[in-house]
Amino acid sequence: MSILINKNTKVITQGITGKTGQFHTEKCIEYANGKKCFVAGVNPKKAGEKIFDVPIYASVKEAKAETGATVSVIYVPPAGAADAIWEACEADLDLAICITEGIPVRDMLMVRNKMKAKEAAGGKKTLLLGPNCPGLITPDEIKIGIMPGHIHRKGRIGVVSRSGTLTYEAVAQLTEIGLGQSSAVGIGGDPINGLKHIDVMQMFNDDPETDAVIMIGEIGGPDEADAARWCKDNMKKPVVGFIAGVTAPAGKRMGHAGALISGGADTADAKLAIMEECGFKVTRNPSEMGRLLKSLL
Amino acid sequence: MKIHEYQAKELLRKFGVVTPRGKACFSVDEAVEAARELGGSVWVVKAQIHAGGRGKGGGVKLARSLDEVRTIAGQILGMQLVTHQTGAGGQKVRRLLIEEGADIKKEYYVAALTDRATQKVAMMASSEGGMDIEEVAHNTPEKIIKVFVDPQVGLTDAQAQQLAKGIGVPDASLAQAVDTLKKLYTCYMETDASLAEINPLILEGSGNIKALDAKFNFDSNALYRHPEIVEYRDLDEEDADEIEASKFDLAYISLDGNIGCLVNGAGLAMATMDTIKLFGAEPANFLDVGGGATTEKVTEAFKIMLKNPKVKGILVNIFGGIMRCDTIATGVVAAAKEVKLSVPLVVRMKGTNEDLGKQILKDSGLPIIAADTMAEAATKIVAAVK
Repeated sequence: MSILINKNTKVITQGITGKTGQFHTEKCIEYANGKKCFVAGVNPKKAGEKIFDVPIYASVKEAKAETGATVSVIYVPPAGAADAIWEACEADLDLAICITEGIPVRDMLMVRNKMKAKEAAGGKKTLLLGPNCPGLITPDEIKIGIMPGHIHRKGRIGVVSRSGTLTYEAVAQLTEIGLGQSSAVGIGGDPINGLKHIDVMQMFNDDPETDAVIMIGEIGGPDEADAARWCKDNMKKPVVGFIAGVTAPAGKRMGHAGALISGGADTADAKLAIMEECGFKVTRNPSEMGRLLKSLL
Repeated sequence: MKIHEYQAKELLRKFGVVTPRGKACFSVDEAVEAARELGGSVWVVKAQIHAGGRGKGGGVKLARSLDEVRTIAGQILGMQLVTHQTGAGGQKVRRLLIEEGADIKKEYYVAALTDRATQKVAMMASSEGGMDIEEVAHNTPEKIIKVFVDPQVGLTDAQAQQLAKGIGVPDASLAQAVDTLKKLYTCYMETDASLAEINPLILEGSGNIKALDAKFNFDSNALYRHPEIVEYRDLDEEDADEIEASKFDLAYISLDGNIGCLVNGAGLAMATMDTIKLFGAEPANFLDVGGGATTEKVTEAFKIMLKNPKVKGILVNIFGGIMRCDTIATGVVAAAKEVKLSVPLVVRMKGTNEDLGKQILKDSGLPIIAADTMAEAATKIVAAVK
């Protein structure tokens, strides 16, 4: 097992005909069971055509009806990305994964509140991963997103992080010392997003095929602290924690829109302290994440 | 993106918020002329820089005659204004705001910002206006009132009343305060601001509510739909190297240490900086080359890092995912040759085509120090600069 996706997941690609969408769709199709998983693309102007043998539909709703897909991945450019997320939600998908970087915060605020209102009114809940994230992968089964497939290896360690390359760093360390991953999830670097650390930690906790987790965070926002507090009372598996940005100055946006120290509670030091209090094994040396985890098994 | 106080007030006025009358000036003569036009017998001469704390630093003064306006404007214009937000070097004052005086009876604080935890817009208000809000939040958090606004609904009358009453606005001025709060909210949303703060919002002797000072930040992801706000950008207030870097789509922030870092990905870049500190030195910058690092981009990144005279060594840390290590290695070699690199360079590469990349570095004949892990790279660069 794994979390959120596996080899039987059927995926719609929104923005499949754009440059980024094409490039990554091809790599996703090549990875493991990808050919069977990536069943549809969406572009109203190119409905009826095919790309990499994948049929293109006019809307997510139609693509879902025709293929039975339950997940979508979004590469739509920033100005239209929030609408694409809403389209996936309106089509009652289980999960939408938004890779797009640079979506205006107001657009994300609007769509997140619309999604919550739909749920509150009894509508189906569509989970959102991202935006501005690398996606997620269940090694040897399926990869949805932009991570390099070949550094992963099937196994029993969960990885969750906001940042792309830092996730790859953790994964590569694990693979190098012989520990595979159950799933690796990038939740993205934007301030208003979907799944948070706490949500992914709950899933790893419930997944019988995950034995331990590496949780990686960054400066800015309350998410890592919230996840750590939840873990203190509920997590049954060992967790290694790292927070990037000990050396980041306050008030400066460190690349990611969400990586900005705004108060006193969201510095790297403050988060590391809370994680440690809550029973995580934290390290300040990001080269040690893999080895530290191995020592806990 | 930040803007000046006079620009913030211009925006607020567009949305119907009342501010004192005033004029932005770029010379002493303009300042005197502006005061004459405004009329009255009291004027406020305000330095316009993006940093806060201008009053304490001597950048805001009262003038009681046109001669005094001239003297004070002459003192402030061109001064290096040092505040708790500028750093020790201060910021040069190039613009002034000349405003009519106000009859301040009471000062409040109001602000709008996006709350990550609730994914709503937080409207905050406090009876302790005119002070540093961080201090109020720290010392007397009970004096800050917050409501969370669903952007689908907007700020309701009930919420605005709760804020206005909560900070003690007298009944006679309540309607005006509610109106101001609703206009502030609309302005925040429609301009794609990430912070809109009025501090202080004042109650005048006459009972009128006015915005006496204002501060805005804007979401850089949304600037494409606000050309009128992009016009407000003042490059004199920004770091020249950061501006140069942004032209090449590089995220760069200068810091105080002596080891330059070039990394792909924001999270990994921060982790690399942290590792340098862990091994006993300080990073000279944050630099994320992003996903598509071409030779040109890497060369520009080297140039920008090396402009900083404090840089005594460079650490390149690349995780080759979609971007291949051999591409980066070619870029690093070309860049090092073009800038005639004279400081030690440690390169750590991992991921796709790692071996090919390492071979290219080795074959280049350049004194590049190779490393396998971030920790090893940091150890080596720290040793090399000592």
